[in-house]
Amino acid sequence: MKRIFFRSAAPALGAFALAGVGLTTPALAQDAADPAALAAAEAVSGGTAYILNTLLFLIGGFLVMWMAAGFAMLEAGLVRSKNVSVQCLKNIGLYSIAGLMFWVIGYSIAYPGFEGGFFGIADFPYAMQGVGEADTGTGYSIASDWFFQMVFCATTASIVSGAVAERVKLVPFFIFVTVLTGFIYPVIVSWEWGAGWLDAMGFSDFAGSTLVHSTGGWAALMGVLIIGPRLGRYGKDGKVAVFPGSSIPLATLGTFILWLGWFGFNGASQLAMGTIGDVSDVSKIFVNTNMAAAAGVVVAIIATQLRYKKADTTMALNGALAGLVAITAEPLTPSVGMAIVIGGIGGLLPVIFVPILDKLKIDDVVGAIPVHLVAGIWGTLAVPLTNTEVPFLAQLTGVVATGVFVCALSAIVWFAIKATIGVRPSEEEELAGLDLGETGIEAYPEFTRTSGS
Amino acid sequence: MKYIIAVIKPFKLDEVREALGSIGVAGMTVSEVKGFGRQKGQTEIYRGAEYSTNMLPKVKLEIAASDDLTPQVIETIQQTASTEAIGDGKIFVFDLASATRIRTGETGDTAL
Repeated sequence: MKRIFFRSAAPALGAFALAGVGLTTPALAQDAADPAALAAAEAVSGGTAYILNTLLFLIGGFLVMWMAAGFAMLEAGLVRSKNVSVQCLKNIGLYSIAGLMFWVIGYSIAYPGFEGGFFGIADFPYAMQGVGEADTGTGYSIASDWFFQMVFCATTASIVSGAVAERVKLVPFFIFVTVLTGFIYPVIVSWEWGAGWLDAMGFSDFAGSTLVHSTGGWAALMGVLIIGPRLGRYGKDGKVAVFPGSSIPLATLGTFILWLGWFGFNGASQLAMGTIGDVSDVSKIFVNTNMAAAAGVVVAIIATQLRYKKADTTMALNGALAGLVAITAEPLTPSVGMAIVIGGIGGLLPVIFVPILDKLKIDDVVGAIPVHLVAGIWGTLAVPLTNTEVPFLAQLTGVVATGVFVCALSAIVWFAIKATIGVRPSEEEELAGLDLGETGIEAYPEFTRTSGS
Repeated sequence: MKYIIAVIKPFKLDEVREALGSIGVAGMTVSEVKGFGRQKGQTEIYRGAEYSTNMLPKVKLEIAASDDLTPQVIETIQQTASTEAIGDGKIFVFDLASATRIRTGETGDTAL
């Protein structure tokens, strides 16, 4: 199903019913020999469908909300202990800013009510439904839809914070997040999920490999390039100074949280649960999502073991996320086998691209660019492999257009911040750790640091 | 009296402590330390980049012992802390000018 909303437009309640339901499922075909009985079983009636659709948004929404916790823990674990407090503050701050901005203007830009357009804007800030009211014309509560879309917006911003960690001050970072979540991300969303020009040309991005993950990845790439690497990260002889993360257990917990949240991210992007076809599809998406992540982990472990003679835990974590990002563009049409292939190739990408980025002196602290940008591009281009209705050229156009737009706007914003209030702390402050300079409190004040790094 | 400093592998601590207790060592001070010897640490890979862990974690024991007991202490540490592999550590012995038990004011061997 294409993930498109028409605000105020009124598709009938049955608009979410899918073709190909029921008879394609062997067990179901046995139970429903009588076609009339099958038809009756396929869809629940209006009020129940409304409730189930809304429930899907709410469950999916709070699972994706929890991904903000996953990002926070992943990043807290992969930065050095002297920056953990600031990294946590950035994560809870960006989640909150994203929600505020998405209400003030973001949602109205993302779903402007146009067809085939480049930019539009509906009334803002977004008016929620009144108490006890239901927007039965859409088949789901508009507040549940808003909440579900909002948490995706926050995910995009989370991607940036990990890449530019340890050398960006709080205020400049939050200013960038404000523009990203209030304008850049919503415009990209309007092109596809808002029924804009990419949607009109056949581009398909089920849950956001491009719209969410690549958008965050491009914004992160621009940030990393314009801000520059952490002090001391790259020596004059091209040698990479390794700054091991502060806590592998926290990074692992964060990855598991993200993995859990992804069932909401992909599963609830089915957008409907009022028919047996929809519920079955949501279930298949859960399976494909899980298998892609599992394949990503296994491939990353094998690849690091073969290449370096030792498995790298953080690469396995990146592999899980890259597998998830890769399957996000189309988690429904692949067979389980194809989901494993798509996720497995995704899991290989960080192992290849993390060292390449270091050679180019692109200092991405948590591997956000390989995981979200590179695997997002891979997943988007892989959609036509399993969904023959999607033209490859449209996928390529979507990838390139998103890249150009997000890079251009992100670069302008990062440069503008750099030229005015500045993005980096002083050298002494960066070396001492941002925790002391920015928050005044270290994450682990009872442990005295014994070395400079 | 002698003051003995031994740097050993952390996982050997319990074994060494037990062995020293059985030969009559009444007390010791232990600290977690980092350092390097002839091997200059070792090289590892993290996220595709090489790095050398040039300071390896060790445990440092400090023991004050009577002249009579000292050879036995050295021998015990050497035998129990050894894995016959690189990085087993070292034992250093100093002359100890005096020792005083703070609670009673006793000095010399009786203070140990």
